[in-house]
Amino acid sequence: MENKRKYVIPGDVITTGPYRPEQNVILDGNKIIATAIGISEIYDDSIKVIPLTGKYIPKIDDLVIGKVVSHTSLSWELDINSCYVGFLPAQDVFGRDFSAHADELTSKLKSGDLVAARIANFDRTRDPLVTIADRDLGKIDSGTLVKISPSKVPRLIGKRGTMIQMIEMATGAAVTIGQNGWIVVSCETPEGLLKAKKAIQMVDEKAHVANLTDQVKEMLESKGES
Amino acid sequence: MGGRDTTLVLLDENGIRCDGRKVDEPRRIMIKAGGLKNADGSAYIEFGDNKILVGVFGPRDVHPKHMSNTDTGILRVRYHMEPFSVTERKNPAPSRREIEISKVIKEALEPAVMLEKFPRTAVDVYIEVLQADGGTRCAALSAASVALADAGIPMRDMVAACAAGKAADTIILDVNNEEDQAGQADMPIGYMPSLEKITLLQLDGVLTPAEYKKCVETGIHGCKIVYELQKKALTDKYFGNGESK
Repeated sequence: MENKRKYVIPGDVITTGPYRPEQNVILDGNKIIATAIGISEIYDDSIKVIPLTGKYIPKIDDLVIGKVVSHTSLSWELDINSCYVGFLPAQDVFGRDFSAHADELTSKLKSGDLVAARIANFDRTRDPLVTIADRDLGKIDSGTLVKISPSKVPRLIGKRGTMIQMIEMATGAAVTIGQNGWIVVSCETPEGLLKAKKAIQMVDEKAHVANLTDQVKEMLESKGES
Repeated sequence: MGGRDTTLVLLDENGIRCDGRKVDEPRRIMIKAGGLKNADGSAYIEFGDNKILVGVFGPRDVHPKHMSNTDTGILRVRYHMEPFSVTERKNPAPSRREIEISKVIKEALEPAVMLEKFPRTAVDVYIEVLQADGGTRCAALSAASVALADAGIPMRDMVAACAAGKAADTIILDVNNEEDQAGQADMPIGYMPSLEKITLLQLDGVLTPAEYKKCVETGIHGCKIVYELQKKALTDKYFGNGESK
């Protein structure tokens, strides 16, 4: 069947018929109703709405950028730009032989530090548990933080990462995207950094535009010549 | 506004009301989504001479903590009238009427929002009435649902609201301040058009069963007009730039 895209707002009937409701869609009788502002996508047997607004809701295995806000003697609390705080246990950083008496948490991570972390566990009953025990995760030492709307992160990545690859190629910057809408950009040259930041903000503003990849490409190239 | 005008003709022989409208004609309505930078979602509505601004925060942490619910998110609504919103200065402290309207709007929005997706959080809706001219609760409710959609809170449908009533023995749509003061009945209705469900229904006055039925139908017709404008406001904000729908 056709992969029809349509702009929807809450309450819009996307279609009727035997479809499986996925993200941001509910089934009422045989009507399929959108529950968020966004773009509806119809697949063979399912329908989903890609939202254009809303807060970040943690999902297991998401990569997020978090900011340390406080710590207890056993764990850190991270601001992950969500309605819940990320919970980072000390064992994760110090290893199994962590002792609350011997080890000082602030020696590894202080308030205000940025970390790249992965959501290890999250359910309705508890705050999300995050981990930094993996390759490419951990404290972020350099780079600039750019904040965009979390709902636009998939657009920034693009289909199979095309958008972000293009930005990285054109500017020579290394971009770490957190699913929570926080992005760290680091680049050798200040021009590349500025250009990458501008491209990211452009995606944030124009997320609903159809041929955005071309527009961003145009912007990146035009600036390069002048 | 102000005191009751005893010589006021609510409906003349040509079926024209005191402000020049026909019996089934709503006032001029303008809705704008967004506009406030610091709120997660916002909306502004002009409903005749009513001017109302709504800001929405959340889902966010609940303070005080004991109010939070581990099964679902909670909705908190504050309806507030500015001291300058009416002809005589209104005391800015929440009055009995404002507390009631806050509760009524909260209960009218609850069937629409899907807060069970965000346990232990709260969604706060702040409604500021800048200028009042009868029917503020309907206008506020309509604007609040636009602001909630703008904040990205999942909703089953938008709640549109419009009042119907009775003045000069005729059922009229969208009761204004004069008709509310001197008329015979006022019935605010909140309605979810896609789901065909009523979320708010109040009645102040006396109606016969037949009039009641007609009044509800008239009100729902008004809600559908408001609903189209709510949709337009959101479409303009999110899919503007000359994109086709």
